[in-house]
Parts: sequence; C-alpha cells; structure tokens
Amino acid sequence: MRKIGKREVEDMAVGAAVLASGGGGDPYIGKLMALQAIDEYGPFDMITLDELDDDAWVCGSHMLGAPTVLVEKVPNGREGVGAVDALEERFGRKFDAIMPLEAGGLNSLLPFQVAAAKGVPIVDCDGMGRAFPELQHVTWSLFDIPACPAVVCDEKGDVVTIDAVDNAWAERLARNVAITTGGSVFMADYAMTGADVKRCSIPGTSTYCEVIGRTIRECQEKNVDPVPEILEFLGAYELFRGKLDDVSRRTEGGFARGYAHFQGIDAYHGKECELRFQNEHLLCKSGDQILCSTPDLIAVLDIETALPITTEGMKYGARGVVIGIPVHKHWRSERGLKIAGPRYFGYDFDYVPVEERVKNNG
Amino acid sequence: MRKLGTQEVEDIAMGAAVMASGGGGNPYVGILIAKQTVAEFGEITLLELDEVPDDARVAVSMGLGAPTVLVEKVPAGPEPEYALEALEAEVGHTFDALLPSEAGGWNSLHPMLPAARRGIPLLDADGMGRAFPELQMVTWSMYGQSASPIGVADERGNRLLIKTDDNKRGEDLCRGATVEMGGNISLACYGMNGVQAKAHSVAGTYTLCENVGRILRKARAAHSNDASELMEALRAVELFRGKVQDVERRTIGGFARGVAHLEGFDAYKGSDMHVRFQNEFLIAEVDGVPVCTAPDLIAMFDTETLTPITGESLKYGCRALVLGIPCAPQWRTPEGLAVVGPAVFGYEGVEYIPVEERAGR
Amino acid sequence: MAKQWRIGIDVGGTNTDAVVLDDKLNLVAAVKSPTTEDVMGGIRNAMAAVLSDPAVDRSQIGYAMLGTTHCTNAIVERKRLDRVAVIRIGAPATAAIKPMIDWPADLRSAINDQWFLVQGGHEFDGREIAPFDADEVRRIAKEVKGSCDSVAISSVFSPVDASHEKAAAQIMREELGEDFPISISSEIGSVSLLERENATILNAALVNVAKTTSESFIAALDAEGIKDAEIYLCQNDGTLMSAEYAMRYPILTIACGPTNSIRGASFLTGLKDAVVVDIGGTTTDLGVLVHGFPRESMLAVEIGGVRTNFRMPDIISIGLGGGSIVRRHEDGTVTVGPDSVGYKVTEKALCFGGDTLTATDIVVARGMAPGVGDPEKVAFLAPDLVDKALACMVKMVEDCIDRMKTSAGDIDVVLVGGGSILMPDSLEGVAQLKRPENFGVANAVGSAISQVSGQIERVFSLDKLGRAETLEVAKGLARDEAVKAGADPDTIEIVEVEDVPLAYLPGNATRVRVKAVGDLRI
Repeated sequence: MRKIGKREVEDMAVGAAVLASGGGGDPYIGKLMALQAIDEYGPFDMITLDELDDDAWVCGSHMLGAPTVLVEKVPNGREGVGAVDALEERFGRKFDAIMPLEAGGLNSLLPFQVAAAKGVPIVDCDGMGRAFPELQHVTWSLFDIPACPAVVCDEKGDVVTIDAVDNAWAERLARNVAITTGGSVFMADYAMTGADVKRCSIPGTSTYCEVIGRTIRECQEKNVDPVPEILEFLGAYELFRGKLDDVSRRTEGGFARGYAHFQGIDAYHGKECELRFQNEHLLCKSGDQILCSTPDLIAVLDIETALPITTEGMKYGARGVVIGIPVHKHWRSERGLKIAGPRYFGYDFDYVPVEERVKNNG
Repeated sequence: MRKLGTQEVEDIAMGAAVMASGGGGNPYVGILIAKQTVAEFGEITLLELDEVPDDARVAVSMGLGAPTVLVEKVPAGPEPEYALEALEAEVGHTFDALLPSEAGGWNSLHPMLPAARRGIPLLDADGMGRAFPELQMVTWSMYGQSASPIGVADERGNRLLIKTDDNKRGEDLCRGATVEMGGNISLACYGMNGVQAKAHSVAGTYTLCENVGRILRKARAAHSNDASELMEALRAVELFRGKVQDVERRTIGGFARGVAHLEGFDAYKGSDMHVRFQNEFLIAEVDGVPVCTAPDLIAMFDTETLTPITGESLKYGCRALVLGIPCAPQWRTPEGLAVVGPAVFGYEGVEYIPVEERAGR
Repeated sequence: MAKQWRIGIDVGGTNTDAVVLDDKLNLVAAVKSPTTEDVMGGIRNAMAAVLSDPAVDRSQIGYAMLGTTHCTNAIVERKRLDRVAVIRIGAPATAAIKPMIDWPADLRSAINDQWFLVQGGHEFDGREIAPFDADEVRRIAKEVKGSCDSVAISSVFSPVDASHEKAAAQIMREELGEDFPISISSEIGSVSLLERENATILNAALVNVAKTTSESFIAALDAEGIKDAEIYLCQNDGTLMSAEYAMRYPILTIACGPTNSIRGASFLTGLKDAVVVDIGGTTTDLGVLVHGFPRESMLAVEIGGVRTNFRMPDIISIGLGGGSIVRRHEDGTVTVGPDSVGYKVTEKALCFGGDTLTATDIVVARGMAPGVGDPEKVAFLAPDLVDKALACMVKMVEDCIDRMKTSAGDIDVVLVGGGSILMPDSLEGVAQLKRPENFGVANAVGSAISQVSGQIERVFSLDKLGRAETLEVAKGLARDEAVKAGADPDTIEIVEVEDVPLAYLPGNATRVRVKAVGDLRI
C-alpha cells in the first residue's frame, strides 16, 4: 500500500492522457475532483494486485456519457459513491476496494474520489490498460465476468440497477439512462473477487500513468527530450516524426471518426504517415506499410513538450512523434482481438503485434 | 369477487378503448394476447376494492411505449413477469394482487398476463379512471405515493430497477429506456398495501369498461347507432356531431400532438369543432369556446357504427359523434388538477370547468 | 461638421505607441514612448508627444481609443481587484469541484474568496436540473451586502438556457442596487462550466479597474485640452467597445495588444486574409487575419494562473526579436535567442557600438537593413556565421507561419514591428510578403481604426427551430450586441457564423457562434 498525493495525481493525469491513445476525454475534471478529495480525505491509499486478498470484494467505478457534458455539469461527488452504495445494497456486502475501468483519459482519476469517500483503497489495475469507447471493452469481458448488476447513479441520487443479458446490452442501457438524466452518469459494476481481479485485470496501470507523467515533467524541468525516456519505460516504439498537414473528421453514430496525415521531418524527411481514428487512434500506416494497429496503443506526442495530442486537438501544423505501445497480452488473445482487433473496427487485415511490425518493417 | 373469461376480457378491452379518450392504442393485439392467456392459464379472478385485505401487498403492472410498435412487435408474454420479478427482488416479497395503471387499450390488459400466469387476482380499480400519457399522472401520485422502486423489463430479459423520489423523473427514465429496449416495455411499480389501494385508487374501472364494451358489442350486433344507453352508462354529454375536415399532427418529445378540425352537421350545422390531442384528446372547442377539457374525457365514435375513433385513426372524412365524459371525482380537486389539469398539458389559459357544468346541466 | 479626427493609443510591454488619424483615416502623426510602471504615466507621455506634433489639430479630435494592459496587470499583480461574491447555480450537481479550486491562493484571497452553490441549472437539452432556488439567492444577497463589490453568477449549461442566471442577477440587483456590478457567465464564455465560471469571476473582479482606467483616460485627455471626445477601449478581437460596455465586460480587453497590431496590419496593407508577424525586440508574435479579423483560439487559455475559455486571439509567440542574442557553439552550430538584450539593442548590439552579437547585427552585416547601425562595426563577422544565423532566424519564422496555417497552400504574410527588418524579402510557404509603411506603429493604428463588434456563442437545440431559423435568431442576437457596444446599426454585417454539433448528444444540440461587426456610430 502506498499513498497517492497531489503530485502523483498531477502526474497520473498526464500519463492517462498518453494511454488514452488520442481519445478518452480530458483527464482535467477527474484531476480536479481527485485534488479536492485529497483536501477533504487526505492522500489516497493504493494497493497493488499482490496486496489484494483473494476473497476481497471489488468493483469497477467510472463515468459514462459525453465528456462535453461533464465539463459543464460538474459532478457533486456523491454520484460515484451512490452507485457503489447501491451495488453494495444489492449484494448485501461491502466492497473492500475500488478499481478504475480504464487507465486512459477521464476515467483514470475519477474512481480515486469514490474510493476515498468510501474509505477503501484503490487497486492499482484496470480493465483496459488504455481507453476504449464502451463499457464492455474490458479484459473482464474476455474472462466472462458480467458487468451486471450494474448501477447507474445521477447527481440527484436517482439510481438505476441494470441486469442485462450481456455486457454489450449493459452498455446500451446505461448509455440510454445517461442521456435521459442529462448526458453523463456514474456507474459501479463488474463486482468480482480479489482472485478474479488478479486473474483478469491489467496490473499496475495507475502507477504506469504516474511514471509516464513524472518522466515528462522531470524531463521538462531538466530541459531534455522526454520521448526517448518514455519509449524506454513503456517498451514502446517511435513510429514516425512529422508535421500534420491534413486532418479530417466527421461524427458518425456518436463517434468522431477521421484521419490525420503527417509529412515526415528529421530522419523521416520525404516519408508520409497516416493515422485513422474513431475516438481513439486505431491504425498508423506509412504508404501501404502498416506500422501499428489496434489493440496496440498509438499516441501522438507534441515534439517539443511530449504532451499527448488528442484526436480533437490535432490541427494543421502540429508537430508530433507518433509512438506505438504494445498492449497487454490479454488483448492479444483470440477473444481480445475479436472485441478490439482491426477487424472489429472494419479493417481488412490481421493483427500483428507492433514489435513484430517494427522488426519486419526494418 | 368474480371471474373474467374471454368474453369479459374482450368487452373490457373495447370499453377501455373508449375510456382511453382517443389514446391508449389499438386494443386488437392486447385482446388476442389476453384471450390466449385466459385460454392457457384459466379465468382471471377480479376483486372489488373492498374485498382487498388491508395488509395485502399490491403492485401496478403496466406497459409503456408506443402503441404503434405493439401492433408490429407483438409481446412475448413473460415481460410483465420479468418486470415484476425485478421489483420483487428489490422489495423482498411477492405480491398478492395486481392492478392496472389506467383504462387503456393495452394497459387494461397488461396486468391480466402476470395475474393469469401466477393465479393471483386483479383489483377492479386503476389510477386514472381513463388514460393519460404519463406514468406519474395517477391518483396515487396525487396522494403522495411513490412509483419507485420500478421494475422494468424487455422481451429479451434485460431488467432495470429504478429508484427515484420523483415520479416524473421515474417517467423520464422509463420513457428513455423504452427507446433503447425497442419501443415497448413492461413495468411493475407503485407497490402499496390494501389500505392505500382502497383509499387512493379509482374504483370500479374494469366493471365500467366491461359495461361500455358490452353495450358497444350489442349495438354492433343489432346494427344500431343509438348512443343513448352508452351515454347513460358513462353519464356522458353529447358535445358535437361533425365531419373531420383536417388533422394536423406533429411528434414532439415522443408524443403525437395535434389538432383535429370538424365541421358540424345535423343540429351542429354551421359550427366548427377543434379537438386538441397529445396521444389522448385533451380539449374540445366549439366555435372557439371550450366545451370539454382534461381531466374530463373526450371520446369520439363513428356515427354509423359507434366504433370508437382513436387519435391515430382520425382522418379526413370520418363522421364522428363527440362525447364528453365526467372524470373520476378525485381529479376535480385542486390536487388532482395540479397533476392532470389543462395547464399540465400546456393550455395555461384554459380554466377547468366540469363538462356537465359547461353543458349547462 | 462634427470633430472626426481620432487619437489611438496602444500600451505594449516595452513601448506605448500613439497615433493621430484624420477624418479620412490618414496617419497624421505617430510616436513611440516607453511604457511606465504605472501604465497611465506612459499613456500621458505618449499622448502629449503625439499631440505636440505640428501636423495635429487637436481641436479636430472627437474620438479617443485606448488599448491597454490595465486589466491584465491587475490580475497578474493581484492588485486593485474587486471583492467578488461568486454564485454557482447547479446543485445538486457540481459540488465535487468547488469554485476557484485550482486558482493560485493569492489571487483567490485578493478577490475575497467568497462563494455559494445554489440549486438550479439546466441539462444540455434545456430541461431543468432542479428548480431555481430564488430564496437562497436572496439570502446570499443579504449575507454578502457590504462584503463584496461585484457579483459573478454562473449556471450549469447557461449557454443553452441563461434564465436561472438572469433570475439570480435580478434578485441581486433588487437587494444590492440597480447599478451594482453583476457578471453572468452566459455573456462571457462558452460550454465548460469551470473555465466559464473562472472567466466570469475575473470579469467581475475587473469592473472597477475598467472604470478607473476610463476615468483617468478622460482626465488625461482633458488635461491636454481635448474635451467631449468619445472614449473607446480596444477589445481582444480587434474591435472597439464603448466605455460603458467595457465596464460590463472588462475581461474582453485582455490581450488586445496583439490584435491591435493584426488589425493595424490589415488596415495598412488592405489584406483581409493573411498571417501577421509582429517582430519586436525580444519576441515575435504571430496571429492570423481571417476576413479582416484576428482568428480566435479554440483552446482553454490561462490568465494569471487561471484556466478560462472566453474569447482570446490565436497568437503564438517565439523568442526571436531584434535584440535576440546570437551564439556559435563548439560543434559549429549557431543559435538565435531565446534570450535578448531587449530594448537595449541600440546600446548593446555590435552595430551600435555595443559588445553583444544580436540578430540585428546579422542583418546589418548582410546589408539587409540600410540605415540601421554602422555596417563597419560588424564587417568582421564570418560569412558562414552570418549565413547560419540568418537561416536559423528565417526557419524559426517560417516554421511558425506554417504552424498558423490551416491548410497546405501558400499564404500572404504581413511583417510589422520594429524587428521586421530581420526578415528577407521572401519566405518559404508565403505567397506575398508585405511590409507596410509605418509598420512600427501598426498596433496604435489598429486601435484607432474604428469598428465595433458583437458576438454570441450559445448552444441551441436545432430540433426546436431548425437550423436556418436558429442561425437567424443567433445573428439577431449578435447584431444586438454590436449595437450595444456602439456600432451603427445600418452598417452591421455578419462576419462569422459557425455551428458545431456537440457529439454524443441527441436533439441536435449545436454550439453556434456568430460575430457581427459595424462601423463606429458617429
């Protein structure tokens, strides 16, 4: 168990934006809520998977809905707690710890406030290891752990408990409640034992975020380029360096889809690179050569600051380093690729891990 | 206590279509399902309100959604029980009897499905004495009873359990779920005891519907268009006879709103009627003067066959007898009008005056 | 014939510039004078200097325009700020992040750190989150009476429906007086409660600063014998607002300096779409002209350590100016800046007899700046050093120009500012490069030319009225704003219409932004 203070939270917010793979919503609101919760409850307790008892009772905590609503209708801090309370009532059992659903973006930091208010620790793990758009896109689904009963709670304390036939239906019904109650809600779901958490989660993601953020901060303070250090820490690959010279997006079925085109600079002079995204970056290629694809993470970092550039923030003239980060092995399984591989998103090729692609592409 | 067989079920449904005041949907699908259920599980027991024990545990079983979906996506049958089970899991007990939310084409029949399958009785009562568009527009709301917890289910077996202090918020949440769950869902809500059911419900709804349905059935068999017996059973006032000239419809916020314009004939020659509706008929005006407003009922019948005309089936050329029917007395109190008076439906300037007073009786 | 000459003054970090334009907007006189610590002293000096030019007939001056840093300075220095009562309408939502939570503590205490959370606010589609608690607002008004100078009110989704904010403002006026300064968030910023609330609070804190600025400007004019001139302050979109309007929206004066130079560059060259590069002594600011007006930034902007989302110009700054220090490193590479000798370039640069190699020395050595310094003093510089330094300077500017473009084609560029001699006559990616006469005082010219704007930015549900009608409503609102700010209604044109759907939401919730611009009402 260790303490998470304000400095750690600030670092995590930066790292969470990197692991968001271009989407996931701005971690800003989550960060502010966490900082206020530290003022109120003191630093957070975070435990590793090893420190979690096998028979501990754990649930996931997250928001669901449109980040544009959350930045306007800021939470009151009881929504997430209310959801966990209702889930406890349903099971007749208290939770011993809380865990984030996703490590990337907005949802990485929101559960800390919930855990602090409940007086339980956060588990240093998550169900995605990155950001994905829907609640069934978690490694827990790969191991047949049901999201339901899943509880939705709004700012008025209204509670909807969902018992859906599968996790995809849980997503649909929860999103529907979110729209009815104003566009963003908090949830508690994926209740499971400590043993299941250990077996099915992606370990260490909060710490991961923190180290990424810290590395960027420290490098900025020392005025050195953070990119090589980040690559080394993440075991990631530099795919491209370039200047963004074309970007196009459109909203389709509630998702922001589009592509971005980069002209190479420095060592990549004369080469081109294209990114495809649907909320998150899904595919990076240079000419016909695929450099990296989902479920591996693709992030674009500003060349000067190494701060991540979101899909919304990409505009003409931005200079970025495109990096590919190997995803956790859970996602590389057959079932994982079925949920989050290239074919799920409509691309007609098979997944090849980024490290192999880098080797093959020379 | 008495038993409801297939004939009674059919009469209830036809009568409920009149009490639906133009809304509530086409009763046809509901009639078929209810008759099939009775054939399969046996006759349904109907209790008078004063036969209900004080400590009986009672709940409302109702459908919510678009009637037009129902005629296409016919229910599977067990949805009402799924919803009931979701509610029972929350409150920790089963229910001794069920009752309908309203006298509508589908909602008068909805509680018959779980009642027949479980062999528990129905109460001869409802929460409206007619049909209204929203979940909270019931006498139970007026008396401060909570709709929540609300069990919700679809035909796939997806279930929701909704908890809110605000019945209107409950309506919003259920209405939202309807869209995602495919347009029509089952609810179980307004859990109450026998004392509350007796004190806060509109009594005798099933019997009234059945009487109206039987009168219509007999008139049809006799090829009669004499409405006098019907009007007597309903204590109704004749408002107008006319031909539909124009119907203007818009869908706003999930509701079908509109105005029907009728040109008078017979004694009403030279006069015009406008009937404003939002699923149900809400206000009838003759030559610009209100003659009947919600919560009193406005019902339209084909002048030749006395077949009820619903809001959906209104169209150019329909020849209609328009009746005004006094609503349940609970609605005529200030508390009742606050829930279902003209202002609630957006007719701010219109004062509620009982239809029989407007008619000068 | 009414008095139609105008005096324009622009306060910069280094210099305060003043110009006088005649009734045909010809430049009659221009001066540069050092900016003083109290700002007003520099304004008086510059005013006195430009008015003493023999070409100026001060009896003709009927308009006086001021672009100043008073408001920015007040925030940065945490001085002269009003005590603000902050009201947020949004309970039961929003309590998880208190108002001003990430403000610097000293700024928070400078405005008295007094806030309230009230029940109310709206959903994205205009439904109420909860009924507005008017009694609570009245209670707050009684509580804060005497302990605040200004009120800032924000409400959840007020860009969709501002009725709760307006109701609260009305109650505050009833309790605190009809003229009590009240800022409401729907008039200041767009969607994003915290940023909009922050901007609203800053606005409320600046009301008195704007008032005293106007008053001392009037007094200064008076002392110079200019009576009854109409007073305007510059906004950060490059247009003007009346003194009364400025007292309601003082925050709109922040960052008006760069936009003045962009507007001045447009006026001096006649270009409507171009990148404007303003090279000073220490930094280079780049902005973009779109249809004659500065492009706005889409990102959250920090002011004095506070994150806000009100309208700000899209400006990037790099450390390159006439005084930038040039160095050759051991490995043979040459760098320029970011440190600079600043305004001391005329004593420190080699070509002026100083001891520091600056960017100015490089262009003098290259013979690109006839009349500047003494070329003999830099003749000894190695040609490869001069070449490399120049290439470095040009690349810095070219990269920035490229960054400001929105598409790959070549674009027109206007070079202004004293340091614009650093650039050659052509640049890569640039169609035509213009260097207007009087490029040194483009900012003061920008302040004196007189257009007035009104802008609205709100969220509309297109389902209610349809897109065409919604846009018409929005245009009408923008026109009204322009008239309120002092525009002549007959000259108002809509210069910008933008509608962006909000993703993930039903009902076609769409953010609409409209800007209307007209000539000053004369």
